[in-house]
Amino acid sequence: MKLLTHNLLTSHVRGVGPRGFPLRLQATEVRINPVEFNPDFVARMIPKVEWAALREAANTLQLGEVPTEPVEGYERDEAFLRKMHHVLLEVDVLEGTLQCPESGRLFPISRGIPNMLLNDDETES
Amino acid sequence: MERSIFELWGHGKSPEELYTSLKNYPVDKMVPYLHSDSTYKIKIHTFNKTLTQEEKIKRIDALEFLPFEGKVDLKKPQHIFSVLEDYGLDPNCIPENPHNIYFGRWIADGQRELIESYSVKKRHFIGNTSMDAGLSFIMVNHGKVKENDIVFDPFVGTGGLLIASAHFGAYVYGTDIDYNTVHGLGKASRKNQKWRGPDENIRANLRQYGLEKYYLDVLVSDAAKPSWRKFAYFDAIITDPPYGIRESTRRTGSQKEIPKGMEKCPESHVPVSLSYHLSDMFFDLLNFAAETLVLGGRLVYWLPVYTPEYTEEMVPWHPCLKLISNCEQKLSSHTSRRLITMEKVMKFENQDQYAHLLNDHFLLYQGHNSFREKYFSGVTKRIAKEEKSNQE
Repeated sequence: MKLLTHNLLTSHVRGVGPRGFPLRLQATEVRINPVEFNPDFVARMIPKVEWAALREAANTLQLGEVPTEPVEGYERDEAFLRKMHHVLLEVDVLEGTLQCPESGRLFPISRGIPNMLLNDDETES
Repeated sequence: MERSIFELWGHGKSPEELYTSLKNYPVDKMVPYLHSDSTYKIKIHTFNKTLTQEEKIKRIDALEFLPFEGKVDLKKPQHIFSVLEDYGLDPNCIPENPHNIYFGRWIADGQRELIESYSVKKRHFIGNTSMDAGLSFIMVNHGKVKENDIVFDPFVGTGGLLIASAHFGAYVYGTDIDYNTVHGLGKASRKNQKWRGPDENIRANLRQYGLEKYYLDVLVSDAAKPSWRKFAYFDAIITDPPYGIRESTRRTGSQKEIPKGMEKCPESHVPVSLSYHLSDMFFDLLNFAAETLVLGGRLVYWLPVYTPEYTEEMVPWHPCLKLISNCEQKLSSHTSRRLITMEKVMKFENQDQYAHLLNDHFLLYQGHNSFREKYFSGVTKRIAKEEKSNQE
């Protein structure tokens, strides 16, 4: 699971609503996957990212400093885009869990694939 | 999806009509492509008929009256002209003379060679309902998928639509409720193969075509209960939802509701139990699309219908989504599916305010909830009829 994905996921446990984001990340196995750098794609993703959540996840995985917010003129800042490319797309959590911050419910990640299934009585109607 | 594009210079229902039409085409429009410095060749295309070489040459010779001044080059001509003869659509009833004849200058070919190279027969990982490669490309075309888009398939199966999207440079996400399919485990769908190997999963399929860099993630998830943050970030949602015939429509349910005979999945999965009404599924799909598509983003999906009861009014509707197209593909004598394309034209506000608008509309589609029974009803009727006539 990439950190871009983690940034787009939320808990859908009944009653938590927006307090279900971001999911707390815990990783037991992480792999770095080189992915071809595409500055245009990274630049397109920047406005969609929730920065606080990304910083928190990056810290959990000890990936080094992610800036508090996108730098001014980030579209043309290659160093910035390369850093974000690495953090968002090249770090792959193979084994771990995602935890709902409100209910504590755990969603397992195995073989790089999160399992978000819940029972009917656990989810929003 | 077009095969080729031609600039039309003349047409008619007979050779004579064609020639008259050509003589009426403005000469100054022809001259740039016919002058003495250029090279050209003439091709004869017939649809639903085969001509001998002699017959083709006769037709080319008949065009001598056109002011061709250039040299013929059969290998690499600068300009290609085509005579297109239409002999109808019925291979069992080929007319002596064509219904229509066209003459034009060739401009470009469509990308049909893609279909061959992406054929499902060659793909490593397939499922029971893997869609044919041509249709995947058509759907992606309808979705206006382009480079650097994010495309999502909520019923991803083995990932065929993701492959087609990645081919156009889009980065792809998929979810499926079936744990085994997403992980590439379990019985193989290809005849003569026992179990899916470790290289059989969606990521491997993309790798096979050199498209792995476009793989974002796949998740095990219930499309009825999505885990996506409520925000607009998908450029396209392209999907072939289950119709409940070969792959069943499912939704997660509570433990106590598991009916007898239903498989229980190992720990990391969740028991699936409730049948998911088709109308609810489309209601959820449209709502989800309205919320997570960017403005101008597209939703493309197949809608199964029981043809005798189909009317346009029952095509699912949402105030934020505009219907762009609705194309039918027949499945059987009384069922078909429709390729629906919608575009997000309005920002999504609170879901509740749409609920009352949508409810009445979805009542119209309720009849198709028993799509599975209706699909098979034609078969059982026919078998009963045959048995009856055997007895008589």
